[in-house]
Amino acid sequence: MTSTAMNAAAGTAPALEMHEVTKVYGEGENAITALASATISIGSNEMVALVGPSGSGKTTLLSIAGGLLAPTSGQVIVGGRDISHASPTELTEVRRNTVGFVFQSVNLVPFLTARENLLLVDELRGSRGKQSKARADRLLDELGLSKRLHNLPSQLSGGERQRVAIGRALMNEPALVLFDEPTSALDTQLGEQVMELIQSEVKGRGTAAIIITHDSRMTHWCDRTVRILDGRLQSDELATAG
Amino acid sequence: MRLAWLELRRRPGKFSVAVVTLTVLAALLLFLAGLLDGLFLGSTGALRAQRADVFVYSSTSRDSFLRSTITPDTRAAVEAVQGVDAVGGLSVTLLGAVVPGETELADVAVIGYELQPSGIPRPSGPGQAWADERLKGFGVGQGDTLLVGPAKTPITVVGFVADSNFQLQGGLWVQTDTWRQVQNQNRPDAPSAAGDVQVLLVQASPGQDAALLADRIDASTRVTSSLTKAEAENSLPGTKEQRTTFNSILATTYMVVVVIVALFFALLTLERTPLYGMLKAIGASSRQLFVGVILQAIIIATVAFAIGGGLVAALSAAAPPKLPLQVQASRIFTSYVILAVCAVIGSLLSLRRVSRIDPAQAIGTAQ
Ligand SMILES: Nc1ncnc2c1ncn2[C@@H]1O[C@H](COP(=O)(O)OP(=O)(O)OP(=O)(O)O)[C@@H](O)[C@H]1O
Ligand SMILES: [Mg+2]
Repeated sequence: MTSTAMNAAAGTAPALEMHEVTKVYGEGENAITALASATISIGSNEMVALVGPSGSGKTTLLSIAGGLLAPTSGQVIVGGRDISHASPTELTEVRRNTVGFVFQSVNLVPFLTARENLLLVDELRGSRGKQSKARADRLLDELGLSKRLHNLPSQLSGGERQRVAIGRALMNEPALVLFDEPTSALDTQLGEQVMELIQSEVKGRGTAAIIITHDSRMTHWCDRTVRILDGRLQSDELATAG
Repeated sequence: MRLAWLELRRRPGKFSVAVVTLTVLAALLLFLAGLLDGLFLGSTGALRAQRADVFVYSSTSRDSFLRSTITPDTRAAVEAVQGVDAVGGLSVTLLGAVVPGETELADVAVIGYELQPSGIPRPSGPGQAWADERLKGFGVGQGDTLLVGPAKTPITVVGFVADSNFQLQGGLWVQTDTWRQVQNQNRPDAPSAAGDVQVLLVQASPGQDAALLADRIDASTRVTSSLTKAEAENSLPGTKEQRTTFNSILATTYMVVVVIVALFFALLTLERTPLYGMLKAIGASSRQLFVGVILQAIIIATVAFAIGGGLVAALSAAAPPKLPLQVQASRIFTSYVILAVCAVIGSLLSLRRVSRIDPAQAIGTAQ
């Protein structure tokens, strides 16, 4: 079953469900509770902004949702699959097939062109061919990079690189895309443009997304905003989609 | 994996230190192996050419040609042993020889023989010799008369043969009587009586086991010490010692290869930690990353070996004839395989580091 088929079959089933998820770093006196009994549900086509001060646990929540980090306790279900007790190999598979990441520091493979950076995602999944190429080209076209296919990251501007990273996150047709401060390295105007792109890409595909941002001006692109403070999710408010 | 291949192609500079170092080591390995083989082949050519199964020495000779004497009586005794098909003498004298028109003496081994070896014609007339091609390097030509030893015994070269040297001295293949003349004129301290030879070569009857026949001969004559052909080759002075010495140098060099490759990939892995973290975050398994590392190690070793091999080929073409360098195809193949295996072993040492890289580090505020 492809992830698209799964989304369709799941209908309105949530892309992410977290129940009482706690994450404690370290042990004994040095223990830090980065996430405390977090419970959240994100619909299959929902775009959620996650805001909170530095050190409040945003990245921790995102890492657990994306199978990068195992929770200390609680239940995590991504794309209908319970990963609370998944092995490292199973988590690799979840990251490969079910989620997409856009990191804060743009993290492209420096010796691969824009197009190859996208194709890499499919190569890791063991597929390579016309379909992958067509998909990569379409994504890059939508992201306004059709003239940049064969450029290396060092030949691209910061905004262009971030757009390539967005394309890469969408390459595996994920149920959930996770953005960690995707606009923090960009100026306001570029940030707005990138958010607009994220919105149209995510919404156009019926994919769910969580976007961490420090910048309250960016939250209006999302369906709702979730606040986090000292590892606790604060409120759950609806915002008007821009 | 394609990623590893593209990195090699697009960032060759990153790998140049490893390639250059391994090239030097590969050239050294091939050069040393070529010397070892050259020394062995150059020492044993005269023996390897023999179509004989057993070499019979006198029992007091401690398996040395120069100390051995087989008298006509002993010869008759050996011939009488059951399983002995044919016998023939083989005798050697190592001397310097004056080559016409040359100032430098040529190192020669005057070899008296009876049974026809492979690749060497039957003995020519008295005072005539088939010379090994190695002597061409000393300026010897067909028809030249060499003046051999302090007594300047004349020997005329009637033609050339290949791979027929003894103890790295150029073979001069003569009748036993010519050899005796050379020996008695130049080594009056060790004269050879008429009918004597140094070593008796034995061809076994079909189906005879050489080692058993050697034992039977010694038991029957009581005055001989017989070796199989392979034992005789290895009993030449220095042969074993050379092999042990060179093999330990070769083994050490291969260990250096492992260490160099291990260090190189350890540093590279350190440098790649953020990249690997990101690749794992987007779904790469440790195994996929590792296949790439091994592939790069093999490619680096292959490129280095090709360049190093080219260097040794150029060197051996330019080397003086006295340098006993022989690079054989089988040696090239095994050297390459061992080098590649060492490179893989070296790269395996970063396996743990690669598998430990945490994909979680790819995300977050860490720059
Ligand atoms: N690997 C770790 N080991 C120990 N403590 C950690 C680790 N990662 C995060 N923490 C701690 O957990 C808490 C939450 O960190 P997290 O990175 O989730 O915050 P954040 O909201 O993303 O902050 P920022 O806005 O600065 O990125 C912080 O107190 C942090 O110091
Ligand atoms: Mg963070």
